[in-house]
Amino acid sequence: MTTLVESPGVVRSPSLVPRPRRRARSGLTARGEPMLWLTAGALVLCVAMIVSLVALVVFHGARAFWPGDVVQLQTRGGPVFAGEVSRIEQFRKAEASGPPAPQTPAGGAGQNAAAEADWPTRRLLRTGNFDMTGTHYTWIDDADVVEESRPPWALVVERQAWGRFYGEPVALEIDGKAMTGTPEETWSRFGEHHPRARQRWRERRRLETHDMGRVNHLLEKARLALRTAEIRFGRDSAAWMQAQTAQAETEEWASAEFDRLTARITGLQIENDRYRLHVKTADGSSKRIHLADIVRAYPANQLTRWDRLAVYGSRWWEFFSDEPREANSEGGVFPAIFGTVLMTVLMSLAVVPFGVLAALYLREYARAGLIVSAVRIAINNLAGVPSIVFGVFGLGFFCYGIGSLIDAGPLDPWTRGQWFAGLIVLVVLVLGAVGLSLLFPTRPSVIGGARPALGRMMVAMWVLAACTTVLMLANMPFFDGFYRAKLPNPTFGKGALIWASLTLALLTLPVVIVATEEALAAVPNSLREGSYACGGSKWQTIHRIVLPRAMPGVMTGAILAMARGAGEVAPLMLVGAVKLAPELPIDGSPPFGINRSFMHLAFHIFDLGFQSQNSEAAKPMVYATTLLLILIVAALNLSAVWARARLRRRFVTAQF
Amino acid sequence: MLPQLSLQAVQPSLVRVQASERSGDADIPAGGEASSSSDRLAAIIEGRSVPTETHAALRRERPVLEVDGFKLWYGAKQALFDVTMNIPAGKVTALIGPSGCGKTTLLRSVNRLNDLLDTVRIQGDMRLNGDSIYAPGVDVIELRKRMGMVFQKPNPFPMSIYENVVYPLRIDGERSRGVLDEVCERSLRGAALWDEVKDRLHESGLSISGGQQQRLCIARAIAADPEVLLMDEPCSALDPIATGKIEDLVHELKGAYTVLIVTHNMQQAARASDFTGFMYLGRLVEYGPTAAIFERPHLNATEDYITGRFG
Repeated sequence: MTTLVESPGVVRSPSLVPRPRRRARSGLTARGEPMLWLTAGALVLCVAMIVSLVALVVFHGARAFWPGDVVQLQTRGGPVFAGEVSRIEQFRKAEASGPPAPQTPAGGAGQNAAAEADWPTRRLLRTGNFDMTGTHYTWIDDADVVEESRPPWALVVERQAWGRFYGEPVALEIDGKAMTGTPEETWSRFGEHHPRARQRWRERRRLETHDMGRVNHLLEKARLALRTAEIRFGRDSAAWMQAQTAQAETEEWASAEFDRLTARITGLQIENDRYRLHVKTADGSSKRIHLADIVRAYPANQLTRWDRLAVYGSRWWEFFSDEPREANSEGGVFPAIFGTVLMTVLMSLAVVPFGVLAALYLREYARAGLIVSAVRIAINNLAGVPSIVFGVFGLGFFCYGIGSLIDAGPLDPWTRGQWFAGLIVLVVLVLGAVGLSLLFPTRPSVIGGARPALGRMMVAMWVLAACTTVLMLANMPFFDGFYRAKLPNPTFGKGALIWASLTLALLTLPVVIVATEEALAAVPNSLREGSYACGGSKWQTIHRIVLPRAMPGVMTGAILAMARGAGEVAPLMLVGAVKLAPELPIDGSPPFGINRSFMHLAFHIFDLGFQSQNSEAAKPMVYATTLLLILIVAALNLSAVWARARLRRRFVTAQF
Repeated sequence: MLPQLSLQAVQPSLVRVQASERSGDADIPAGGEASSSSDRLAAIIEGRSVPTETHAALRRERPVLEVDGFKLWYGAKQALFDVTMNIPAGKVTALIGPSGCGKTTLLRSVNRLNDLLDTVRIQGDMRLNGDSIYAPGVDVIELRKRMGMVFQKPNPFPMSIYENVVYPLRIDGERSRGVLDEVCERSLRGAALWDEVKDRLHESGLSISGGQQQRLCIARAIAADPEVLLMDEPCSALDPIATGKIEDLVHELKGAYTVLIVTHNMQQAARASDFTGFMYLGRLVEYGPTAAIFERPHLNATEDYITGRFG
């Protein structure tokens, strides 16, 4: 009976006392089913949202340039509309502004409307012909449609200006003489003359931009040389006289060159003015369009599948390779692609070395302590600063600060005496710090003898030296800018590709530092010790062992930074991205165009979507541009991922 | 700071006591009637200074490395107490002892790898062929180039086998292909790896098996002709076959190189070394020729440890 009074904790032989076993019951939560549903559900929701967003963009982006049929709608009361259907929707009768439709319409389409009296449908027709009607799109109530047809010779004409034109060809006019005939004949004549007219148009365009631009550039150069001579040597000096003579010669040459170019341009213009296409719209008014102004024309209702594909391809090609037209709602986005890629590349070139060096110091050199932790927290916080703040900083610091310093030198420089005094202070600080570090060990060592106070003093001296250097550079009395002659036009003191790249480099710096630090932390210490044991110095260990091993992680950081930079809009609006900059930010002569404003795809999307006057026409372009931006970011990422995979392959272990 | 020298512990216990008479586990502080074996260990546990029992045979050897009253602290905790030992030239010296006794710390102090830890402080000195290791102003990098080290786990660098082996020369700025090729082949032959990897020298050093990786690390360690080769439990991460190969290799390296090897495995120490030092709680307890340490140790504490009575 003693067993009964013993505490239950005492282990007894089970054969002696058969105790009822407490059955362990596993609840639903313990088995994990609800958590499985919860976690999997969260993932599914995430994936579904991402996939549907991408699918939406891909769907609309892919069909943005597909040529549809042209329908001609005869409405009750007379007006005839022709155009492409861009949208069909149902609307509430009560909200419709028009008079209620009578219940017995004459046409076939009307019966349809009667069946859906409460929720009638209407179509948004891209009617074009903005120069004649003052509108690009027209809503047409299906109940009003009396007759619907697809005229075989309805042309879609994409024009250089005024948007699209929908109409039927009447005749091709050469020198005002109409070569009338069936639409088919007119169409074949058009096909004969149009490429030549476009060729002449392109030639003229090249002369106007490239050749004229070159002359203007030389003219400007001569003017700047004169102005530089004036600033440096004063008026009436020998150098100024010489520059003036040179400028006069250049001006003479330039005016002759201008005359020659203008003559050629006029010749092309006159030749092109001879060819016009006479077209008539669905409501019967006629219009004559210069062949040179027609970008592309096709009889929409006669196209085979392959013809459509050809139009589709040519539109995509135009989108990739051409400049925007019509306030960006037509044409291409090549300058934006170029600007985006160039800016992203420059940004990566700036941010990756900078971030890697900073991370190396934090992880490899700095001793863990309060300051390092504070710096780390600050870096993480930097990642949370709104990007527009970086934009404001970039505008103030890069554009107006450094940019104007480059342009015109310091506003209020020190006197020479002050400056040389500063130089002496700087030299003393640097020599003092270097001397201290050579004389005394400042880092604690196993044999003792460290002087932490001296170490702190050295750090303070370096910081002071850095501040002095910055102040001296900002107040240099001997420097009055590289582009003073161009003033008051700023060269670097404005939004520019280089400033945008540097601003985004600052923005993405935390990403690179954090990723690099993690990669460095993941390098096993045994590798570092192995290198030290071989007699490697700290830097040899870092650059031969640690960095190569951490490279995949660094690449990951670079990928994230690139993706972020390529998709950023807000700061770019302040530091250099503009609505239209057909001149690419690249050049053969210094400063190589990096001081130009540029176009950026993400900003382009914002501009198309929210700043466009013709928002309906811009809508497909928004999708197409978004698709393109996603593809570019994906391509940049994939190339980095590929590079990373190649690097990783070198570190694969095959143990046993 | 330093423990008091106690006189009764200084007496070497020359009388060997029968195993049956000894009172078992040394981890338990012995009472007054404890045998001399427990006495010495108890003294160590209490923190009293115990002199090293160094066998006379060692005095006849020419030392490459002399450790002289070496003390080491990790922060406030002392890890090595007054270690004094001479590592004889051209011989293999093994350090044995239970975990945490300071074998690895001592080994890493030889090439000053402990410098990498901020909290480590030392007293005393070591001399490599007469040159002080811990004197102020010693170029640590130069010093490490005179030694080779092999670690517990194979740590080949993320580069080709060839580059792994010639790494010590590369960081010295050696560019001559002829010299590098020659060193690579000599080192890999020295590490008994040449025949296995000679056709894939330019594959990743990580693409070979663990045992091969460790021999690659040995090749790297002997590439710069070290005056002493430090091995920190080089077989602890390997299977028995790979272990056997490394042990054979250590045997072959003897004569050409001075080897200081830390091991947990007493059979390994018995098989591969010429001299053995037994360490306990940061002190070198007994140090002598391997045969003597394993067959007729002077101290009962040593015998207790190698026969597996504690540790």
